[in-house]
Amino acid sequence: MAKPIRSGSDAMKRDFLLFIGFSVLVMLAPQYFRGGYMMNVLVFVGINTMLAIALNLLLGYAGQISLGHAGFFGLGAYLSGIMTTTFSLNPWLAMPLAAVAVGSLAFLIGFPVLKLKGHYLAMATLGLGIIFFIIFNETYEWTGGPSGLSGIPYLELGGISFNSDVKSYYLIWGFTLAVMLFALNLASSRVGRALRAVHDSEVAAQVLGVNARLLKVQIFALSALLSSIAGSLYAHTMTFISPTSFGFNFSIELLTMVVIGGLGSIYGSFLGAALLTLLPEILRGANDYDIIIYGGLLMVMVMYMPGGLVRGIPALFRKLAGRKGGVDHA
Amino acid sequence: MNFKVMPFVMAAVTLLFSANVFAAAPIRIGALFAVTGPAAFLGEPERNTAKMVVDEINRAGGVRGQKLELIVYDTSGDATKAVQLATKLIKDDKVVAIIGPSTTGETMAVIPVVERGHVPLISCSAGSKITDPVKRWVFKTAQNDSLAVGRIYEYLQKTKQTNVSILTVSDGFGASGREQLKSQAARYGITIVSDDTYGPKDTDMTAQLTKMRGSRTQAIICWGTNPGPAVIAKNAQQLGIKTPLFMSHGVSSKKFIELAGDAAEGIRLPSGKVVVADMLPASDKQKKSLMAFVRDYKKHYNAEGDHFGGHAWDAVMLVRNAINNGAFTAAAIRDQLESTRGFAGIGGNFNYSPQDHAGLGKDAFVLVEVKNKDWMIVK
Repeated sequence: MAKPIRSGSDAMKRDFLLFIGFSVLVMLAPQYFRGGYMMNVLVFVGINTMLAIALNLLLGYAGQISLGHAGFFGLGAYLSGIMTTTFSLNPWLAMPLAAVAVGSLAFLIGFPVLKLKGHYLAMATLGLGIIFFIIFNETYEWTGGPSGLSGIPYLELGGISFNSDVKSYYLIWGFTLAVMLFALNLASSRVGRALRAVHDSEVAAQVLGVNARLLKVQIFALSALLSSIAGSLYAHTMTFISPTSFGFNFSIELLTMVVIGGLGSIYGSFLGAALLTLLPEILRGANDYDIIIYGGLLMVMVMYMPGGLVRGIPALFRKLAGRKGGVDHA
Repeated sequence: MNFKVMPFVMAAVTLLFSANVFAAAPIRIGALFAVTGPAAFLGEPERNTAKMVVDEINRAGGVRGQKLELIVYDTSGDATKAVQLATKLIKDDKVVAIIGPSTTGETMAVIPVVERGHVPLISCSAGSKITDPVKRWVFKTAQNDSLAVGRIYEYLQKTKQTNVSILTVSDGFGASGREQLKSQAARYGITIVSDDTYGPKDTDMTAQLTKMRGSRTQAIICWGTNPGPAVIAKNAQQLGIKTPLFMSHGVSSKKFIELAGDAAEGIRLPSGKVVVADMLPASDKQKKSLMAFVRDYKKHYNAEGDHFGGHAWDAVMLVRNAINNGAFTAAAIRDQLESTRGFAGIGGNFNYSPQDHAGLGKDAFVLVEVKNKDWMIVK
């Protein structure tokens, strides 16, 4: 399941080239979708990729489930939104403040919550997500309640306001690529190896000198912090937020992205986020049947690609090419 | 040989061009409705109505010889989806106007998109902040909550029942109602003696009602959408509360009477005129539109048209009228919408102006009472 440990400069060079190649593709993509609606969808692919990576660090690497990540995403969005509208703070200041606040909160919550395992952890994080949702919904004075918070400013940099889909695309993907690079590095570092050790056996990891409890809480906080940044970016590109975007359903959608894309793979998170964001657009032609096809496709993918898209697609290609061989770990 | 072919070619080319002129591309109108999800009770009748009206218009030959094409997307009540789909309607489908979305939250989310894209939006949701302050490209057809509150308070003032209790649902609709109930009370000399809320999924409100029974309240006003108010009506009956019960326009459909059964008898509420269309005097300006809507909806879907569908009816007709007045581009349609005067629709008599993009007055609501499982107009 987990990524095998690579060593040697060849593997590192390959990883680096892969990332550079991916970044170039991302930067060139707007050339093909100039001005169209697709740009707007790709902005959301970027935000969802960032969220999926954040959740993947927790779920795919450390093996700790969270059904409440939409709550952290929403908290980041609302904190940024409230700080920039009610208190007229600069968005560039509000974003890190929100991120640190959400990260610290998650760190504190993490200690009691991450003591739980399996179904109990799932239930606790689920509850957490629902509590956040209720807070967004009920504190009218701050959040505007169910009818939302509007008038959030766009981000600006050196006189450029990120107020169009193309500009937002570069902004969001700039952040997403940075998060990707960070996650890739983290995954192949000592911390990444420790996380995978905790994932496979917490006891064994502790015997080897890993402070499993603290590490789990730290990665939970980091994951929440990254989700909060995604939330702030979402708030500043949409310029409007309402609780419906941060409900339980979205937590499940994030989880699906990570699982469909491939647990413990950063590029897998991108594939999962891209698929789940683009699929409804592609299926829109099927009118009322889109939900059935959508569900069916997801089921087939989970059944026949248990390792996620990131391992399933290469396997499929090899099968089509008629070559036999073991499944390579991407 | 060539000489003989030429005329045919010429004729063919001419035909081709003229055919193009006659079968000009239809005028595209976009629509965003919450057809699925928690707000489906709004989105579904809205979509059905919008489709029906566009069909009827096209069957009658279109507008100024041009057909209309309605492109409907389902937002499932999600603000993010509404924004994506609004972008799609503007950039890919190149619509000249957008109808919807169904909820205030979605509408607020879509506003920056249409303001930037320069396409008129006619929202079917009620929140007063949609058109207050006025936005250049944004209109709405659903009546403001403030008008409904005004209707009830006016009646209470007249009948000298000035100590009231309010019980509102904790969602967007209830929150907006609560705000209006509190802010308008003083103007009508009303005192709010107790102010309680309930959750949208609560199944028993006896606690709140018991508290009100003990107070000196003369009228209870409940603000919510089905099924909560029906539960309240039943609870009040069980508790033997004799204090007059008032509801909001959120339950002005037969569904409420079905849900509440006997407990609905005697309950009063402000409602759009659609539920009492056949009881209106012939002098009412809206009567013609209302009767047409009710008749057509019955014919197409074999169901009662409600005022939610009416919001979509009004929106499509407003666009149709604008096009009929010679506006074919988004900008021209916007200007025409703004100069709409005296359009008698389902929601009321619309008079838009540069200062008012909501367009309705207090006459949009009538006070109705449930009698023998049907609506009666309260004089």
